[in-house]
Amino acid sequence: MNIIVCVKNVPFTQEVDLVLDASKQDVKKDNLVYVINEWDNYAIEEAIRIKEETGGHVTAVTLGKEADEEVLRRCLAMGADEAIRVERGDLNPDASMIAAILSAVVKTIPHDIILTGVQSDDLNNGITGSLIAERLGLVHAAVVNSLKISEGKAQISIELEGGQDEMSQVTLPALFAIQTGINEPRYVSIMGIRKASKKEIKVIDASGLGLPGEDLQPSLIMEEMFMPPETEGAEMLQGDAGSLADQIIRIIREKGVSL
Amino acid sequence: MDFEFTKEQKDIAKAAREFALGEFVEKAEEFDREESFDDSIMKRAAELGFLGIFLDERYGGAGLGVFEQCILQEEFAAVDLGMSVATLTPVFGSEIIQKFGTEEQKLRYLPSLTSGDAIMGCALTEPDAGSDLASAAATAVREGDELVINGSKIFITNGTRADFLICFVVTDPDNPGKHRRHSIVIVETDRPGFEANKLRGKLGIRASDTAEISFNNVRVPRSNIVGEQGNGFAEAMYLFNLNRIAIAAQGVGLARAALEESIKHVKKRMAFGAPLAAYQAIQFKIADIFTLMQAGRNMVYDAAWRIDQGRIDHRLVAAAKAFCGQMAVKCADMALQMHGGYGYLAEYRVQRIYRDAKIIEIYEGTTEIEKIIVAKSLLA
Ligand SMILES: Cc1cc2nc3c(=O)[nH]c(=O)nc-3n(C[C@H](O)[C@H](O)[C@H](O)COP(=O)(O)OP(=O)(O)OC[C@H]3O[C@@H](n4cnc5c(N)ncnc54)[C@H](O)[C@@H]3O)c2cc1C
Repeated sequence: MNIIVCVKNVPFTQEVDLVLDASKQDVKKDNLVYVINEWDNYAIEEAIRIKEETGGHVTAVTLGKEADEEVLRRCLAMGADEAIRVERGDLNPDASMIAAILSAVVKTIPHDIILTGVQSDDLNNGITGSLIAERLGLVHAAVVNSLKISEGKAQISIELEGGQDEMSQVTLPALFAIQTGINEPRYVSIMGIRKASKKEIKVIDASGLGLPGEDLQPSLIMEEMFMPPETEGAEMLQGDAGSLADQIIRIIREKGVSL
Repeated sequence: MDFEFTKEQKDIAKAAREFALGEFVEKAEEFDREESFDDSIMKRAAELGFLGIFLDERYGGAGLGVFEQCILQEEFAAVDLGMSVATLTPVFGSEIIQKFGTEEQKLRYLPSLTSGDAIMGCALTEPDAGSDLASAAATAVREGDELVINGSKIFITNGTRADFLICFVVTDPDNPGKHRRHSIVIVETDRPGFEANKLRGKLGIRASDTAEISFNNVRVPRSNIVGEQGNGFAEAMYLFNLNRIAIAAQGVGLARAALEESIKHVKKRMAFGAPLAAYQAIQFKIADIFTLMQAGRNMVYDAAWRIDQGRIDHRLVAAAKAFCGQMAVKCADMALQMHGGYGYLAEYRVQRIYRDAKIIEIYEGTTEIEKIIVAKSLLA
């Protein structure tokens, strides 16, 4: 079983007050700490679990700069066999470019399963996985919250709205965009780190992949990034516990949650 | 000179932080309040290779150095010092066994420590001998192939949870040199005559077990002596040099926690129509905590790096420990002050940081003792 996992190093933004930079095209990132994209952490864990159960080979791939190799070292430390970094040079790729580049790389590597995260914590496009699959002509499913492999087939469960899951059987090869919570990602061990430090990370240049010029043009033009306007203050509810509960249920319903 | 961590050191720092955030945060307040701990957290840390990172791979360690141990100490302490101590000290003293022990002792005791299956401690301090370690009076008297141990120890970390302790005891009372009278002896805690009682009501690091211990005719085989008989004081000093710097790193971690909590608070808390962060008196405190923390960290890195190069600078180690102890206390104090009344409450983390900080000035040699070492070396 050959498994490829696409991973991304993203700024950790929980409990951080983000500030826009002067270009108004991005947030200031100098003081931010980078971590593996949360969804990708579940994806790499899932790949390693499949490998541990059925045998196989796990390759982690990222599109990024040299500093982003830490996310690959992390994957190796968790148990991936091989890691590839695609140097992005001066490109500032949007989701379609990322998908074009990653699919060109992934195409050259044997694969039964490709895993990505559902979305990335920085831009939250949520489409990279599907775009890669479409480019490769692969069967794909997104928001996968359970994955069992047997005899060349995958039993998957896809998270739908309103707490429902959809079960399907998929013939491999296929791409799955993995949802958080599908497993409990392991911690990185010192032994893993030591092993990873002895492995070489393969570097491929994005500009050397022979992609046509239009694939390296963004299809999404960002005009301006801005902070959402501050909304009105909280609504204070009054009454005894029973009436408070009724009011809360009414508000939740009004906001569109089906109870 | 290169001030960057290696990639491996960066990865270790990240892994340690992630582990501490994942395992400590939720439990820290409860363990502090209840003076308790859950050993499964320590076991998990052991499985991940965090225990005895400085021990040889032959004994289940990672074969790394004191520098990496300091990285772990800072990262863990930055999340919670009490739980950090409870997690990392089960191997406290193993340095002595690795350096001075026989191969048989090493194989017997070290692998079970790094795997998290055994816990050790280090019993030096006595009720009447703290800073003045050479006056420790517990005795080990030879009877045939055995040693018979009597006396008491106090403030012993892991005293009630340890499987064995290395104990600093008088074996050669008549030796004219007061630094040649003691030996380090391994005492298994299930031996008849051994008793340990947990000390309750500590100011800080309350997740860590601290005990008083008494030996009443405890018999151990003579082969439990670690290193040469009469060499105990030198062996203890060897341990101090390695551990003091790790304690200094704990101080850096605490200062970092104090800084993180303060930044969060002063950006949110409004006074006189502006967030506290807008006032220069507050800004100066933030800048001071950062500066003190970074100065301490640089001393720790310098001293730890030298140890791993095989060039221990005991003056620098002592200076770093003295500085980081006072630094941590001062940073915690500034952080609490910026929190105002809220900082005085147990539900605010800064209160725990404030209480925890003081221990850095006390254990592994008080601030005064460290300064005496520095001054002696300068004035010699
Ligand atoms: C939580 C905790 C955990 C500990 N864990 C361990 C452990 O695992 N193993 C162990 O062996 N010990 C342990 N200790 C003991 C610790 O190392 C001692 O408390 C410390 O060395 C100080 O000794 P003392 O308490 O007897 O103080 P004292 O030696 O009585 O000192 C009291 C004060 O006098 C000062 N002083 C002493 N001599 C001089 C001098 N010549 N000039 C100027 N000032 C001086 C000291 O600096 C201090 O401020 C622990 C202590 C605590 C609180």
